[in-house]
Amino acid sequence: MYRYDEFDHAFVSARVEQFKDQVERRLAGELTEEQFRPLRLMNGVYLQLHAYMLRVAIPYGTLSARQMRKLAHIARTYDRGYGHFTTRQNLQYNWPALKDMPKVLDELAEVEMHALQTSGNCIRNVTADHFAGAAADEIADPRPYAEILRQWSSMHPEFSYLPRKFKIAVTGAERDRAAIQVHDIGLHLKKNEAGEIGFAVYVGGGQGRTPMVAKKIRDFLPVEDLLTYTTAIMRVYNLNGRRDNKYKARIKILVHETGTEELTRQVEIEWLALKNSDLKLPQTDVDAIDSYFRPPHLPQRPEGWSALASARKADHAFAAWVDQNVTPHKNPDYGVVTISLKPIGGIPGDATDAQMDLVADIAEQFSQDEIRVSHEQNLILPHVAIADLRIVYDLLLTDGLATANAGLITDIISCPGLDYCALATARSIPVAQRISERFADPARQADIGELKLKISGCINACGHHHVGHIGILGVEKKGEELYQISLGGSGDEICTIGDITGRGFSSEEIVDAIETIVDRYLEVRTDKEETFLAAYRRLGAAPFKDALYSEAANAA
Amino acid sequence: MSVKVLTANRLTDGEAVWLGANGDWLDHIDGALVARHAEAAAALEEAGKAAIRSNLVIDVNVIDVEERGEHLYPVRLRERIRQLGPTVRLDLGKQAEKPAANAA
Repeated sequence: MYRYDEFDHAFVSARVEQFKDQVERRLAGELTEEQFRPLRLMNGVYLQLHAYMLRVAIPYGTLSARQMRKLAHIARTYDRGYGHFTTRQNLQYNWPALKDMPKVLDELAEVEMHALQTSGNCIRNVTADHFAGAAADEIADPRPYAEILRQWSSMHPEFSYLPRKFKIAVTGAERDRAAIQVHDIGLHLKKNEAGEIGFAVYVGGGQGRTPMVAKKIRDFLPVEDLLTYTTAIMRVYNLNGRRDNKYKARIKILVHETGTEELTRQVEIEWLALKNSDLKLPQTDVDAIDSYFRPPHLPQRPEGWSALASARKADHAFAAWVDQNVTPHKNPDYGVVTISLKPIGGIPGDATDAQMDLVADIAEQFSQDEIRVSHEQNLILPHVAIADLRIVYDLLLTDGLATANAGLITDIISCPGLDYCALATARSIPVAQRISERFADPARQADIGELKLKISGCINACGHHHVGHIGILGVEKKGEELYQISLGGSGDEICTIGDITGRGFSSEEIVDAIETIVDRYLEVRTDKEETFLAAYRRLGAAPFKDALYSEAANAA
Repeated sequence: MSVKVLTANRLTDGEAVWLGANGDWLDHIDGALVARHAEAAAALEEAGKAAIRSNLVIDVNVIDVEERGEHLYPVRLRERIRQLGPTVRLDLGKQAEKPAANAA
């Protein structure tokens, strides 16, 4: 894992001291809210419905056990004993007092963490594939490049006041688990014909009120040009991005209005001027960062396979968990474990302080001291020996962390919605809970197979509903919550924005509507191998709309 | 008939509060100063501006409420949730402090 150098320590400590002073001046009335608001947002402090909220950055979703324990300690000491893992691989505390914020940031700094650039019109926390450095299908670990981008973008003077926020995601495998095509910049690590590592560069993706799939503007960018090219994109955006209208200020609108070809031309011209500048990455610098992310030494553990076979036979629940929540690792004696934060009827992404401590203990003992946060609001143990799966499962069971539903219909992404969020227009968590309960039966979930269901409580789409195989958007209409359904979205390498089915459904109707869609899928799929998304892509919206609206009409 | 009250979040901890008849900010909506006509609502708006200047509260808003017996019932779900706490965590927020009806 990356470890702070002296510069990082000094930089974060200086920011904590600065913010401490700003909080004191605010509480003393020396700063008005108008003056203080942009300062608190730059330090991750929002105001929500019930209290302040602190959003802590988890760069590319990677945590050590020590860091996770600190997050648990903060939850226990300054909050209400839990935290919420977000679709940006971050953690949010829902109840901290303003006066405690400097202490919390001090505590975070002790473990090389902070809340910088988790808000504001800057380059936000860089996200990456949560299976990075472990997945069997990976070409290269995306995290060294995410770290280089983090260092370059932190407090970047030129890019601290962009037209709007800016999100970068990096993936290192053909299977895109980081949803790079719905980011402002998406980087796909790949090899060229000569076997060299570089990036396919995507620009202008995003969700929110105007969802768009990013456009590929370069098929192969050498690693040494990562910062020169990214800077060129940022400069074109910073200069030409719209500042007259908040809703048209993201780079996706610039790409759309300018046209991909013309925008690419502008970027390439800017790049020519930058290409041989100081931003060109020397291989020694790349190697230095890369050394922090070297794969851990994993001892041979071949005995695991026979033990696994007998453990599976003895316990069907364990077998189901292995099938669903363990993914192939680069080392065949190991697996990548997804810890579901989606217990049946639970709040997606929430973890108690005790659960965080437990995960930290397990990671320390059984996963090379590494934990990942996924944008799907789960936690990952990236390096677990097959031989240790049973004991890890048993430990997870002790605190409700062994739900065998990764990638299934109850593994729902949900934003906090109107239960917490000041921007929300409808609740999303209770809808997620009711759907989870409706589909609780493990056999039914397994029969339905892979189905990504994502819920947002407002048009800003933090719950990624646009790229849900089934997406739900909650809005307020005539004072009531109304839920709009979209189908066929996908955030992976074949990225699509879901199609809205038609009129929305009330809170009472929405779970039945989802069940209607799922039942229709089970009727029309060719066989069990055809996933919901594949069936939708083959058949289009018609059979699902027919089921939804003719049935609704019949009922009425 | 809906009437209006003034709500905000307390500066120090962000808690939802309502302006009381005696000028204090109250932790609960019952007891809030109720504006029943346009002039009174305008006075609430002015009180809101003054409150922001006084640095006791932030995010000050005039909201619609209904008078139901002795209780005030916010018209919008958003405000009912602010009044009580998250509907998915009845152990948290103001609803955890005193018995109250569910927001939903």
